[in-house]
Order: sequence, then structure tokens, then C-alpha cells
Amino acid sequence: MSEPIVKIRDVHKSFGRNHVLRGVSLDVAAGEVCCVIGPSGSGKSTLLRCINHLEKVNGGRIWVEGQMVGYADHGDHLRELPDREVHRRRARIGMVFQRFNLFPHKTALENLVEAPIGVLREPRAEAEARARALLERVGLADKVDAYPRHLSGGQQQRVAIARALAMRPQVMLFDEPTSALDPELVGEVLAAMKDLAMEGMTMVVVTHEIEFAREVGDRVVFMDQGVIVEEGTPDQVLGDPQHARTQHFLARVG
Amino acid sequence: MTVRNGSRTVALDGPGGEFGDGAAGRVPDVVPVRPLRRPGRWVATVVVAVLAAAGIYSVATNERFEWDVAWEYFRSEQLIDGALMTLRLTVFAMAIGIALGIVVAVMRQSGVWLVERVADFYVWFFRGTPVLVQIFFWYNIASLYPDLNLGIPGMDPWLSVDANEAITPLMAAMLALGLNEGAYMSEIVRAGLLSVDEGQMEAAQSLGMSRLRALRRVVLPQAMRVIIPPTGNETIGMLKATALVSVVAVADLLYSTQVIIAMTFQTIPLLIAASAWYIVMTTVLSIGQGWLERHFSRGALAHPPDPFWVRWRTTMTRFHAPRPVQRTAATEPDQVEGGPR
Repeated sequence: MSEPIVKIRDVHKSFGRNHVLRGVSLDVAAGEVCCVIGPSGSGKSTLLRCINHLEKVNGGRIWVEGQMVGYADHGDHLRELPDREVHRRRARIGMVFQRFNLFPHKTALENLVEAPIGVLREPRAEAEARARALLERVGLADKVDAYPRHLSGGQQQRVAIARALAMRPQVMLFDEPTSALDPELVGEVLAAMKDLAMEGMTMVVVTHEIEFAREVGDRVVFMDQGVIVEEGTPDQVLGDPQHARTQHFLARVG
Repeated sequence: MTVRNGSRTVALDGPGGEFGDGAAGRVPDVVPVRPLRRPGRWVATVVVAVLAAAGIYSVATNERFEWDVAWEYFRSEQLIDGALMTLRLTVFAMAIGIALGIVVAVMRQSGVWLVERVADFYVWFFRGTPVLVQIFFWYNIASLYPDLNLGIPGMDPWLSVDANEAITPLMAAMLALGLNEGAYMSEIVRAGLLSVDEGQMEAAQSLGMSRLRALRRVVLPQAMRVIIPPTGNETIGMLKATALVSVVAVADLLYSTQVIIAMTFQTIPLLIAASAWYIVMTTVLSIGQGWLERHFSRGALAHPPDPFWVRWRTTMTRFHAPRPVQRTAATEPDQVEGGPR
């Protein structure tokens, strides 16, 4: 098997005395859709935020595309990377947030071109053309000039997905992308994510949507209390869970 | 079915008709509405009108106001020059204040202990002493440092200037007002930065932006909405606070007025002329503030407010019945549910 795009080894993270991640290891292969499920407080969002170094790990290592996240390996010790390098590597990792976090003072199109122009130094015309194509791809060709607050939650989240894609990421991280949505708007966002998965994007999806995990996920990871309790294909983990904690969780959400 | 809605009774559906039945978009039959009589409003209007008329009559007929003299001085070169000096002081002091305010606000959130404490000290010191004292202090800086040197301490300076020449009264006034303003502005900027959701910085960083770029392109433009109204206050306050500099003989509006008063003893008309200039300038600043607020409310409001002159006109013409709000496709989002706020 080829080198995984995301490689996580024995990651620990604590906030003060709160030990959120207690030794997590995980591989995500190219083109794989990895769904992370688990009760709130299980550390799944924190794990996601460690992958693009929004949180610094307290122990363990994470590699994305073979490059260590946030640190350089000097054999016997690690050295923190300069901010420039962190930003450069982060630009190749797309992230979609629970609360969308679109820039409210910019239109949908401006949200999409901001980073490609400012960070990747793309020419404006090229960035805008690609942004329009991306918005069309998520079904929002007519909302190019709309401000976020004139869009529904589902539309905002689709713009947020397009915004992350505008950076041509190698992997996309989704942090409970449908949890802040009204039930009737969840479907459109999941559909956009499914399209993305079909096109072969590598995705790590923290979600409560068990159906999505079953249908789209190549692999399902169940986390609880800062550790991975169980992982495998959707059929294994969701259909025939081996662990009592997994069974208990699925019984409650299913 | 009828619903009580404030003082008006509106029928939601026609007689015998079910709500929602029939053709889509059918305007429901409406029972005529008779507005509630409000005699109190008429009484209040009459009383205030009479009082206002009496006031205007008194001011217009009291010859001691000497309106013609005031008008002459209003147009005089000395007062116009004074007003220009006041405006210049305001612009420069506010420019120093805003620049310092942003720097100090960022310093206070830098996470570097000494940098934060220095910023705290700056705010503590300049907010803690009267600006009048600070003006005197800068004016007399030459007695503390007769020469201003640029170089490494203990070695021959690269550049040396006489403090008495470098720190003119105007310079002292600008430094004092600007440094004092910076302390207040830093708190205003800090409040603005804190008002922006943390998720904005995270989203910007997840797109590979540096903290500085995210601050400049994402956080500050949104913070401006919170920063501008108090900054407008500060600017107008500053315009009037510049009157303090007349104590160090800077020829601002008040100083120019006092010079003429000392010669002509026409105190009242001169004070009126000076006040008129202050009011003209603060009015222009208020208009500028309104314009800036509209500019930075981009995307923040579903229905951006009209500029004040439109609002004023609308208020004047709708004393009796409020006009229905015009809703167009452009201002009406087709779906607003599930929005973040």
C-alpha cells in the first residue's frame, strides 16, 4: 500500500488538566473517506484540528503527505517550524467548520478568491474563474455575489466547502459540517460532500450522520474518551460493532 | 380568523375561505382599519412649537447677539485660519491616536509578557493624567531634554537637535493630543477585535493566511463596525479638545477668537462665530462617520439603513401613517433559516 496522506501516531493533547487525546494513531490513504464518530467530548474535533495544526499536539506525531505537521524532525529532537512554513503546509489542507465561518463582509465569490489571491498569489482573473466554477459545482452559480447572511445555512456551508476547495487541497477535513444546520438543509450539504468523495478527494469527516458514514465512508472510526475504540469498514463498525461502548453509542444515536 | 396585531385588526382570510386555500399569492381580504386617535401627540406638538417659536423670536430680536457682527467675524480671515488650524490639529492628533491605538491594542494581545505590560503601562499613564497637563509637559520638554539625540547611549549621537526648536508649540500640542488619544483608541480597537468571532481567525488560518494577513483582511474589517461609532465620538471630542492648545499659544480657533476679543471686547458675537465654526466642523465629521459606518456594514445587515438625509425626509413625511416597508427581491433573502445568527 502506498504512503498514507494522513499519518497519525500516538497523539496526545490536553487542555490544562483535561487530557483530550490519549494516544491516537490513524492512517488515511489517498482517496479514502474516513468518518470519525463518537460522543461529544470524545476528542474527535480536537484530533481534526491537530491535523492542520490549529491545535498543537502535546505528544506524538502527525504527517500529511509525508511532511510532519508543525515540526521538523532533527533525529533526536523535534524543532517547531517557522510560522511561514506552518501556513504553507496548512494551505494544502482544506477545513470545513461546524459554524461555516464564512467571512461575512465578503460575497461568496470574494470568500473564495481571498486566499488563492493573497496566499497562493494566483492572478485575480484566474482565481475568479475557478471560484465561479467551484460555486457552480456546489450548485450555487446564482449566489456568486450574495453575502453570507443572505444565504441559508446549507448554502453557506456549501460556499465554505467551495472556499476550502479553492486552495486545491490534498485532503479535506470536515468538523461536524451539518451539526449547525436545520434538519431540512442537511441533505444538500451531505450531497455536496458525497460528490466530492466520488471525485476521489481524501476526506476526514467528523460527523454525527451515521447514514452518511455508512453510505459514503470507506472507513469508520469510533472514538471515545480520547482513544480510538474501534475502526473498520462501515459494515464492521456500524453493522457489527464489537465493543460495548460502540454498541452503546450506536444504540443511542441510531 | 382575525389576529390582533398592535392597534390594528387584520383579517387573515376572507369570509368563509380557508387560510391558504385558493390561488397562491391571493391577497387576503382586509377589514378597514381606523387609526387610534392620539390627542396627546397633538397637544405635545403644539406646546413644543410654541416654545420653539418663542425661543427663536427671543434670539432673533435680542440685538445684543449682534448677529451681523458675528457673521462678519465668521467670515474673517483670522477665524478661518483658526478653524483650519483646529482641523489640522484634529486630523494629525487622530492619525497619531488611531495608529498608536491599533499598535497598542495588538501589543496588548501579543502574548509576550513584557510587550503586554509596556502597552498596559502606556494606557495606564496617558489615561491617568489630564491632557492639559500633558500639553504643558510636552511644551516644556526642553527643560528636561535640552537636546534630542539619535544614537547609541554613551556614544556620540548621529543626529542632535535643539529641543526648543524641534518641539514647537504646535508639535507639543499634537504629540500631547495624539499620545493621549492613542491610549483611548487602543481600548476601542481592542473592543473591536474582541467582538469578532474567533472562528474567523481560525478559518483564515486554515486557508493558509498568516495571523497578520488574517488580522488585516478578515478581522479588522469586521471590527471596524464596532470601532467606528466610538471613534467618531473621539474625533468630535478631539476637535473640541484642541481648544486646550490655546494655553500654549497655538493659533487655533479659540486662540484666534480670544486674540480678537482682547482687542475689540466684542465677546458674545465672537464666541458665536467661533461656536458656529465648531458646529460646522463637527457636522461635517458626523456625516463622514455615517458614510464610513455604511461602508463597513457591508454584508452585516439584511436591510442596510438609508443615509440620514433619506431617513430625515421619510420621518418628516410619515407623521400620520407609516409607509409599508418596500421589500424587493434584492433585499429579501429567499431563505434565511439556519443562518449562523
